[in-house]
Amino acid sequence: MTLPWDPLFREAFLSGLVLAPLAALLGCWLRLRGEWLATLGYAHLAGAGGVLAAVLHWPMLLSAMLASALGAVFKWLFGTARAGNEVYGVMILLGWCLGLLAAANHPGADLVGRVFLDGQILYAGRSHLITALALAVVGAILLPRLSRWLLREHFQPGHRRANRQVLWPMDLGFDGLVVLVVAATALAMGVMASFALVLLPAWVAWGLARGWRMVLWLSALLAASAYILAFWVALVLDQPFGPVLVAALLCLTPLRLLGQGRYAAGGHAGDL
Amino acid sequence: MAGHERPVCRPVSFELHRGEILGLSGPNGAGKSTLLKVITGAARCFGGTIWRPAGEDMAVLDQHPRRTPECPLTGGDLLNACEAKQLPAPRILQSILPQRLDSLSGGQYQLLQVWACLGGSAGLVFLDEPTNHLDPHAQAMLAALLKERPDGRGLLIVSHDETFLEAVCDRVLQVTPVGAVTGGTP
Repeated sequence: MTLPWDPLFREAFLSGLVLAPLAALLGCWLRLRGEWLATLGYAHLAGAGGVLAAVLHWPMLLSAMLASALGAVFKWLFGTARAGNEVYGVMILLGWCLGLLAAANHPGADLVGRVFLDGQILYAGRSHLITALALAVVGAILLPRLSRWLLREHFQPGHRRANRQVLWPMDLGFDGLVVLVVAATALAMGVMASFALVLLPAWVAWGLARGWRMVLWLSALLAASAYILAFWVALVLDQPFGPVLVAALLCLTPLRLLGQGRYAAGGHAGDL
Repeated sequence: MAGHERPVCRPVSFELHRGEILGLSGPNGAGKSTLLKVITGAARCFGGTIWRPAGEDMAVLDQHPRRTPECPLTGGDLLNACEAKQLPAPRILQSILPQRLDSLSGGQYQLLQVWACLGGSAGLVFLDEPTNHLDPHAQAMLAALLKERPDGRGLLIVSHDETFLEAVCDRVLQVTPVGAVTGGTP
């Protein structure tokens, strides 16, 4: 059980321990906005960016973040800030074909491509940990403000416009944070693992929790628990980390059954 | 003259005074909701002027408030998000504040959304078809909610339900669609 604290793995373990709950928290707002598929689009583009960085000998983490940010620009160009899932579908396909083609035609990129696919958290080093901590600090500062705006925009979409308040800074702030966290998570844990971290904990919490605060806490807790378990299992059993983490997160999904029936839509007999 | 691609209602001129509840009535397609959207910046004003006092906040209830099939937020979360904590929630809403939004009936959700507009500090409140999903009993509750508003704010209510408007409004304005013939004989 003490393996993750071995100095050899400590930085990699801590990087993921910061990123996993952060990605799961963002998943709650993405789910509220109906944009959870964004993660898979951004993650694929981040993967393609990382592979292309290997070909061009550019810094990998920075390239992944830039490629993911291009995805956000793409979303803004081809849709509104509340774009439909089709935009993310295009991003997924674009990232997938670019990444695989680059990996197929360059020996160095092939290895990087497999790292993105498998999600080898053990390759995460000090720069990753520093990036993860910086993102956590930015998230801690931005998210409370963004949350108020995002929730109000969800329930009263015309409020800001009616009061002549500008919308784009908040949209940009949220999309920017999502892009950076997803890129960093995809590089550390793999494309599908980063997607699973955004999608599954929030989905389970959605079915179980009562109240927004509880949703956030539960999502972060589930993501962190699954991450710790997956890290330990992958290390002890010498398995690729990404699929193990996805499996651990998938094991959480039956928990949603506990909430079924408790919150049936439509109210109660005798209500209004 | 209000509309999206072309004007849909005839020119109108009115003032909304502090402490007043003004109703906008008219047949379906008359442009009542479009007129409201023009005032709140969601539709195009083809001509004329909309004057609003500087620094006056607006609260807007959409004709169809957004509702997702699964939503873990509670009624209290909704009021928090909409900054509707300026006034204590009325007794008729107290019991639904701790409940998940997806467990509320359509009428409960509608009343909560109305209070999300009324319970804040907005000096101008616009309600588009607030009686949607409400049976007569719930409409009576809505009328009670409207009476609990603090003095000094102006309310503009759009509804096709003229009986309701007559019951709660100080004045009711008829909106006539473009092309409609008024006052003529066949």
